[in-house]
Amino acid sequence: MSVQVNERPNAPSTPERTPLIRIRGIRKLFPITRGILIQKRIGDVHAVDGVDLEVYKGETLGLVGETGCGKSTLARVIMRLYDATAGTIEFEGRDVTKLRGRELREMRRDMQMIFQDPFASLNPRKTIGTIIGTPFRLHKTVPKNRVKPEVQQLMELVGLNPEHYNRYPHEFSGGQRQRIGVARSLALRPKLIVCDEPVSALDVSIQAQILNLLEDLQQEFDLTYLFIAHDLAVVKHVSDRVAVMYLGKIVEMAAGNTLYRNPKHPYTGALLSAVPIADPDLASAKKRIILEGDVPSPIDPPSGCRFHPRCPNAQFPKCKEDDPDLMPFHEGQVAACHFPLEDRAIIATPDP
Amino acid sequence: MAEPLIEVNDLRVHFPTDDGLVKAVDGISFSLAAGETLGVVGESGSGKSVSFLTVMGLITRPQANIEGEIIFKGQDLLTMSQDELRSVRGEMVSMIFQDPMTSLHPFYKVGDQISEAIRVHQRVSKQEAREQAVEMLRRVGIPRPDERADQYPHEFSGGMRQRAMIAMALSLNPDLLIADEPTTALDVTVQAQILDLIDRLKEEFNAAVVIITHDLGVVAEHCDHIQVMYAGRIVESGDRNDIYYKAHHPYTWGLLRSIPRIDDTDDKERLSPIKGLPPSLIFVPPGCPFHPRCPYRFNKCDQEVPPLLPADGHHASACHLSLADKERIFKEEVIVRS
Repeated sequence: MSVQVNERPNAPSTPERTPLIRIRGIRKLFPITRGILIQKRIGDVHAVDGVDLEVYKGETLGLVGETGCGKSTLARVIMRLYDATAGTIEFEGRDVTKLRGRELREMRRDMQMIFQDPFASLNPRKTIGTIIGTPFRLHKTVPKNRVKPEVQQLMELVGLNPEHYNRYPHEFSGGQRQRIGVARSLALRPKLIVCDEPVSALDVSIQAQILNLLEDLQQEFDLTYLFIAHDLAVVKHVSDRVAVMYLGKIVEMAAGNTLYRNPKHPYTGALLSAVPIADPDLASAKKRIILEGDVPSPIDPPSGCRFHPRCPNAQFPKCKEDDPDLMPFHEGQVAACHFPLEDRAIIATPDP
Repeated sequence: MAEPLIEVNDLRVHFPTDDGLVKAVDGISFSLAAGETLGVVGESGSGKSVSFLTVMGLITRPQANIEGEIIFKGQDLLTMSQDELRSVRGEMVSMIFQDPMTSLHPFYKVGDQISEAIRVHQRVSKQEAREQAVEMLRRVGIPRPDERADQYPHEFSGGMRQRAMIAMALSLNPDLLIADEPTTALDVTVQAQILDLIDRLKEEFNAAVVIITHDLGVVAEHCDHIQVMYAGRIVESGDRNDIYYKAHHPYTWGLLRSIPRIDDTDDKERLSPIKGLPPSLIFVPPGCPFHPRCPYRFNKCDQEVPPLLPADGHHASACHLSLADKERIFKEEVIVRS
């Protein structure tokens, strides 16, 4: 890899905490309609239902949750690929919720996305050079005759051979394709990169290569990541802070290690206890919270705390009637639960 | 080990293609007794699925050149006719696949698909087969199984579909259940439910289970024996404590070092991925197939194929390093993180 390997600085707890992105009360409802000619709205899918979030400059914020919890929708709302139903998005202090046309295009230079499926996210009929160079052509940040050298430089940066400029996506393996996706997202030197499950489709050894590459690039270009994945171990490894989503809401947010040692929300505890640990003794020592059933339908989410029908700690009627707010616990930790877990409820590891 | 249920001897599965001979499985031997769980770990293209598709009789001659023996309850599956194999499949060995979305037929009701499997193998009436199907759905933890049996696969969630697949696989009470990446497509919480279910059913049916996976965590929690495959060969095998606390093969070390672990306290420590890519199975490197990616290779490694030699008990590895070196490297370089 051509990127210089630097030690990452300690978690950015001291530096000036300017939010790059600040979102307030974001909701995204998808209408459900019935009828063909006359479409009647009969309900909504509450994909994201009231999320407040800050992503600070230079940090990696991890977002975890099960399928259908709204994490990808939230990312797409932040990217302005979907319009929010309610709420505001501020990028570098400026309200970008309602930007249109040229202004929106300009903002998009600063935000790019890496997608999950390295097979579906590259056009099979375009060469790698064309794919990575498309952002330059669209945004005209580089004169035409400079596009090729710029693209080759990007290819080298992400560990691809620049001589493969004229090859097609099918000639590359999954890991290399994901590198192509990374190169494309870097083309416009964005400030924020949203990584939507960037390593879930890859083999473990390749996964580690891509995660290291993302870390190196963050160092080199001072990038901010919003990192979405369902694998808690991966998210914890890359993130400074981790937000846990359940049915369209953030239920807990904390630094990875705090979350691992002292999860407060029973849902976080359940997620944590379900993650397989590659250490038989530790695995058999952990406490299990087995969730019954599946995530309820976001069309008609449960009243009160949305987790109450599956929650092992739920007490009635409180949890069924009263929707808990995010409350502070340990330093930097917030969780939305009336009856939070005790410290070290899942894994009783000693302090380092 | 108890009397083995299945014994595979020097199995080779080679596919002739226009580009050359693909050596998908290149001489593997192992055995498994009833009530045991075997974990098979490896990257894409290591031959783990092909080996067990061959055991299932789903890869046959002449589409592949198959050599070796698969002795199942005293009979060699590789010399059986298709008709004989059909009775083995389902009744004695059955398999669940990675993708629960595509392994059920979308046009037929879930209950009908399960009772069809039962009726192919047993002389029972439609009504009885359906009752058995509903009973199986109940045993795999599907609520309201009699209503669910009349639903179509699209009405099931991913976890439910995988449960239905397990119900189908176990409906004929097989002796061996092969689960090929059974939870890769599922969320962790659902994955935990499904793996617990497989564990519980293994006890209930006294079956042997093979879990094929690339996730070292899954095998740590659910398997008694583990074998690590690379380029069509078994490079290390042993019980789980051997693999996690005393691994002997550099490829296993590479796998252990490349996964981010939830129990890491220092998250900023870099992962150490295995360099390079898995080799082409047409041009497998000479000598040890792992040598081009191995940081510990020496002059012997590209010359001689290392045999899978036992170190102690049934812990075996295929590597030219001396046992003392393996133990030293594992202690100094691999487990430093925990």
